[in-house]
Amino acid sequence: MLRYLLRRLVILLLSLLIAAVVLFVLLRLLPGDPAAALVGVGATPEQIEAARAQIGSDQPLGAQFVTYLGDLARFDLGQSFVSRASVLEEISRRLSVTLPLTLAAFILALVIAVPLGVLAAVKADRWIGLVLSVVSQIGIAVPVFWLGILLVYQFSLTLRWLPSGGFPLRGYAQPLQAIESMVLPVLTIAIIMSASLMRYVRASMLEVLNSDFLRTARALGESHNGALVRHGLRNAAVPVVSVLGIELSTTFLGAVVVEQVFSLPGMGSMLLLGIQQRDYPNIQGVLLVSTLLVLLTGFLADILQRMLDPRLREASR
Amino acid sequence: MTLTFDTKRALSRTRALALAATSALALGGPAMAQEYDPDAVINIGSLYEPQNLDNTAGAGQGINEAFNGNVYEALFVLTDDGDVEPRLVEVYDISDDGLTYTFTLKPDVTFHSGDPLTAADVKSSIERVTAESSASSRKRTLEVIESVETPDDRTVIVTLKSPSVSLPYNLSYVWIVNDAATDISASEDGTGPYTLQEWRRGSALALEPFEGYWGEKPMNGGVMFQYFTDATAQNNALLTGAVDIITSIQSPDALSIFTDNPDFTVSEGASTTKELMAFNDRVEPFDDPQVRSAIARAVDKEKLLNAIWGDYGMVIGSFVPPTDPWYVDLTDVNAYDPESAREMLAEAGYPDGFSFTLDTPDYDPHPVVAQFLQNELAKVGIEVKINIITANEWYTKIYKAHDFEATLQEHVNHRDIVFYGNPDFYWGYDNPEVVRLIAESENVGSMEEQTEMLTQANRIIAEDAASLWLYLYPQIVVSTSDVTGYPVNGLNSQFFVSGIKKAE
Repeated sequence: MLRYLLRRLVILLLSLLIAAVVLFVLLRLLPGDPAAALVGVGATPEQIEAARAQIGSDQPLGAQFVTYLGDLARFDLGQSFVSRASVLEEISRRLSVTLPLTLAAFILALVIAVPLGVLAAVKADRWIGLVLSVVSQIGIAVPVFWLGILLVYQFSLTLRWLPSGGFPLRGYAQPLQAIESMVLPVLTIAIIMSASLMRYVRASMLEVLNSDFLRTARALGESHNGALVRHGLRNAAVPVVSVLGIELSTTFLGAVVVEQVFSLPGMGSMLLLGIQQRDYPNIQGVLLVSTLLVLLTGFLADILQRMLDPRLREASR
Repeated sequence: MTLTFDTKRALSRTRALALAATSALALGGPAMAQEYDPDAVINIGSLYEPQNLDNTAGAGQGINEAFNGNVYEALFVLTDDGDVEPRLVEVYDISDDGLTYTFTLKPDVTFHSGDPLTAADVKSSIERVTAESSASSRKRTLEVIESVETPDDRTVIVTLKSPSVSLPYNLSYVWIVNDAATDISASEDGTGPYTLQEWRRGSALALEPFEGYWGEKPMNGGVMFQYFTDATAQNNALLTGAVDIITSIQSPDALSIFTDNPDFTVSEGASTTKELMAFNDRVEPFDDPQVRSAIARAVDKEKLLNAIWGDYGMVIGSFVPPTDPWYVDLTDVNAYDPESAREMLAEAGYPDGFSFTLDTPDYDPHPVVAQFLQNELAKVGIEVKINIITANEWYTKIYKAHDFEATLQEHVNHRDIVFYGNPDFYWGYDNPEVVRLIAESENVGSMEEQTEMLTQANRIIAEDAASLWLYLYPQIVVSTSDVTGYPVNGLNSQFFVSGIKKAE
């Protein structure tokens, strides 16, 4: 197991390096001059030249790449063209909103989707299974921002239970307000996520229910529910874990829509703003960090799968 | 998102009660409670977050809103009514030839850091704006300054290359920053009634009263600007009480929630934001004033304004809003008259109309305006092809490269008629008489003369139909009804907060 872990870690770092290279190339292939973006509208050619020297884009590409890698190694993501603030600092501030938001939504989605998905599979031939299936279909069809607006309308404007948006000035130093402002966004993402997760859990569970090994377990004397829990769940979990990894990794930046509805200062909004303002260091920084997050999530999902399924451990030996 | 300053509120309530009690004892009459809470924190909702805190480093209009007059002051102030008044200047003297201004600074003014205000700070502040690396949009207006001298701590002598009657107005944009302050993009050191308490990007910016302020104490206990990217989210915040004021309503549809509601006050002021269709006056057929006038007459601007803003805003006949000193009502110059439009087009050589491409920015309200224009001009035989572009494309293609036939834009600045005196400006309007009037209006000796010359220029520009001025945005500020004392015009995006009062 340890050797596998180390091997996967090396692959992760290599993937990150390749991602950094791809990002470097892509951003330089895009039309538009970052130096012109730095000095803004109405700049003279001399100012643009000076800006090029400042950000180093007048160097040959090879030298630029080496500087870029060197900066990354020192965790220096540069300074925003627009705010002149450290990109890394801004990303950490934004992550302190995005990570709890995404993880809390994810856990809540699991809490909703797993029991309901299992129930939908077990009772697939009863009316409750049908109802759950329909509900999850509706959940997939509903746009996330529409659900967000609906929740704001009900819980914020009508009932006045929760704030309609925003994040407190001092963040978690104002814990009550911070939690209050996260409730509706987390709920919004969790509901939508659980709808699609429910379908995967249900499908995976259905397959397990029809499997030979479950019938064997029953034949060997286990009760229906006992066999389900002891053998079924674990087997059903393996394909679901891959899906979970993908769902989670798309939500880090995908939460941008919810961030806009609820005015949360998250990472998705930072990327959106960076693109609108042609703020190259911010764009680059966010894309790098989110790539890292995606790779990490995939890595963790992989490990979890191997822990769940011994066959995978042997297969790669 | 309510920031609760509970301790302060509790104290002030106690204080108010104590005051009431003592005054009752003293006067023997009914208790005189204060009408407002001097320690209340005012929450202000805005869509314009500053990019950084330095107005010479591209901070955007958000920094004017948050900091002008609140954290930083200037030698002069542009009041909400459009007047220029001395602020940090106690008296000033202009030489007879108009080239030398001698300013005497107010005594006993301190910066937030504790340093006293001296002439050296004024000199370095002016130089900060005119510096090579400055990205200030007002840099060009200060190019007329030859030198700045500081013979003593309270005297600043500004020598000009040529007379400039707008100098006090232009100086109202120059923040007076402590010369000891190095990087002000993330911190501040001004003389204003408030200091920056804290700023969380993407979230909020808090100001608190400065104990050592030289002038009148603020009427509140601090201010928190809360930034939104979505206008509806901002309205919701006002509805739920998370904010007390919204600095400028952008979506007129939302107004109906607030207008007939006794819990809210809706104030309409005069903005300086002008929606216009700019012709490229260099290219055919827009190089012909008759064609431009014809187009102006073909469009029912009242109907357009009504469709977008309902009863708010006003139609304008020129580039000059009512708060500029040289404003005159020119809506009759090319009033709506489609018959006359068709005649003029025929006379100009286009009896069957023509077609052109309208480069339209992709954000509100331009796409809607473009469609309206397309419909109106179709009625006189002109085909409009709408080409949607981004803000960035607008800057590169139209503003810099001048590669367009016509475009839509909103111009927000105060006193910007001077754009028509620059033949290289993106719309390429080149009338030598106007260029002369605008250039010379700077060199005259008094505001009255300047106003006269610019009014003349204004008329000529309107008669030439240099652009199609559609309407003036309303400046709508909505607040809860217990909050008063806020600026309603918001000239140049300024929002002075020290007079805002919240009832107890």
